[in-house]
Amino acid sequence: MTDAPALSRHIPDRLNGRLSRVLRSWEVLLLAVAVAIFIVNCFASPYFLNAWNLSDATFNFTEKAMIAFAMALLIIAGEIDLSVASIIALASTAMGLALQYGAGTAELVLISLTVGLMCGAFNAVFVTVLGLPSIVVTIGTMSLFRGISYIILGDDAFRGYPASFAWFGQGYIAWVITVEMLFFVVFAVIYGIILHRTNFGRAVYAIGNNPTSALFSGIRVQRVKFILFLLTGVMSGFAALCLTSRLGSTRPSIASGMELEVVTMVVLGGVNILGGSGSIPGVVIAAFVMGLVTFGLGLLNVPGIVMSIFIGLLLIGVIALPRLWAILARRKAT
Amino acid sequence: MTRLIPLRETILAGAILGLLLVIASRFSGFVAPANLANVFNDTAPLIILALGQMVVILTRCIDLSVAANLALTGMVCAMINVALPELPIPVILLIAVLLGAAMGAINGLLVWKLAIPPIVVTLGTMTIFRGVIFLISNGKWVNSHEMSASFTGFPRAEIFGLPVLSWTAVLAVVTFGVMMARTGLGRSIFAVGGNPHAAVYTGINVGRTQFLVFVLSGALAGLTGYLWVARYAVAYVDIAGGFELEVVAACVIGGISIAGGVGSVGGAVLGALFLGVVKNALPVVNISPFWQLAISGSAILIAVAFNARAGRTKGRIILKSAETPS
Repeated sequence: MTDAPALSRHIPDRLNGRLSRVLRSWEVLLLAVAVAIFIVNCFASPYFLNAWNLSDATFNFTEKAMIAFAMALLIIAGEIDLSVASIIALASTAMGLALQYGAGTAELVLISLTVGLMCGAFNAVFVTVLGLPSIVVTIGTMSLFRGISYIILGDDAFRGYPASFAWFGQGYIAWVITVEMLFFVVFAVIYGIILHRTNFGRAVYAIGNNPTSALFSGIRVQRVKFILFLLTGVMSGFAALCLTSRLGSTRPSIASGMELEVVTMVVLGGVNILGGSGSIPGVVIAAFVMGLVTFGLGLLNVPGIVMSIFIGLLLIGVIALPRLWAILARRKAT
Repeated sequence: MTRLIPLRETILAGAILGLLLVIASRFSGFVAPANLANVFNDTAPLIILALGQMVVILTRCIDLSVAANLALTGMVCAMINVALPELPIPVILLIAVLLGAAMGAINGLLVWKLAIPPIVVTLGTMTIFRGVIFLISNGKWVNSHEMSASFTGFPRAEIFGLPVLSWTAVLAVVTFGVMMARTGLGRSIFAVGGNPHAAVYTGINVGRTQFLVFVLSGALAGLTGYLWVARYAVAYVDIAGGFELEVVAACVIGGISIAGGVGSVGGAVLGALFLGVVKNALPVVNISPFWQLAISGSAILIAVAFNARAGRTKGRIILKSAETPS
């Protein structure tokens, strides 16, 4: 009789004991990887160590990381949202549509965030009110949201966003610090506080570890999940704002495949894909790692699709390696 | 439970018939036998892949890498054909199936031996496979004039008035029907999805069964890869882009529960046919093909909501508030 490894799930019994040490060591490891990649890049390309180039490189991850913060909470709580890239497409299309009717920058911001919120609420209703698995629901809404963009736009594009709108994606705060970088830092702090310093954050961990016991300890499980889907939706709306502003145009294929990169970032950051553990600092470092890898490869003229091989290997590798080590260690012990 | 499954399929079959009737009332040419055969042929790849996806979903897994597997195998077959035009078709078929199965085995091993969640594994391999296509082809297309006539002719060759592509789908449906109902593997697949813990105690190796379904799904994707490339007579990086979602959609619409253990061959086929009819009907009734994505998305949501309602009654609810949202 063989056991079923696919079913085994480590449930930590103490959050302040060994687990937190393991988490910390994961982040330290990740940080070391980031530093190593940074150094390798310095030697690989003479154009790497340049403040402006590095500043440009942050665009590789800032928009994705904004979504990844909210997604990290959602995955820790045991759910997932694969529709984030499609929410970006829909929010961007809505902004483009509003633009045709003469909307100004303020209205565009409002519309993007509202569409994001509504899409999040739509997912949340299916998952929490109807009790459906989030993976199927968001695979469905992934098609639906982007599908609506295609219905509205076809193979056309919206252009001509106002100059003041460009501030979000193309503006600079000071010297090489971009506006997006500022948002990235602000959201990292906000989500770090929410997850690690509030009751809500504790509830997220509790739900991810055991939804039934969370319910018995008085946590409104469905309400927390509902809020998490709303947050992910709003963050996608915000990312749509930044991305549209940076690109200056909207096509229905905007941000396609981004959900994969966001999930990769979250998992690379040490968040357990099955829920229950993970941290915001981990996701922040993972964002830098992915940004540095894609930027470094870009400087070496590696095409985007080949970079996606690295992303895919990274995603599987970061989960596979610790498990492989554990299996090898167990073999050695017996 | 068992009584619900045929009911679900009857409803779906009724929906497809209703759809056909509505279209026929205005465009009678659509339901002409020749056109229906065309629609079936067009849906054949989706049917074949949906069968593979069905067994994967039945064991509580998901395979998002099927479309990338299809595209990679298709590209390899096309490049082999360009390099060795004399190679007989059966050898190419064998290569396609084996290569597809090998890629499925990679997924299966990661799920079985390292216990990585299937969605993570297949999201990763999906991008890796696509990237590999770019690496081996240098981003170039293999066009029809480079392929040999027998290579492109095989899926279109007609036997008893139906192309080989359609017959492949029919064969796959029959094989899977027999496998699910009459073999130990088929029963194990249902057992693993229905209750993995109980399956372990009845002596079923859960991990190995999941490995095998990934190999099956991969083999079918590989086979479809050759047929796809040969039928459309072109191979490039992005063929069948996003097709994995259509495949999952066909399964979900066909009533295969994403929680595992519930589903049938008939459901998967009907789900695929539903999407196939919608896809082929859109241009006929003068709706832009851009509607298709949104329609299949809505169909997934409606189907999954409907199936959950049908399945809700099973089991005893001990703690009411745990089952209903608070």
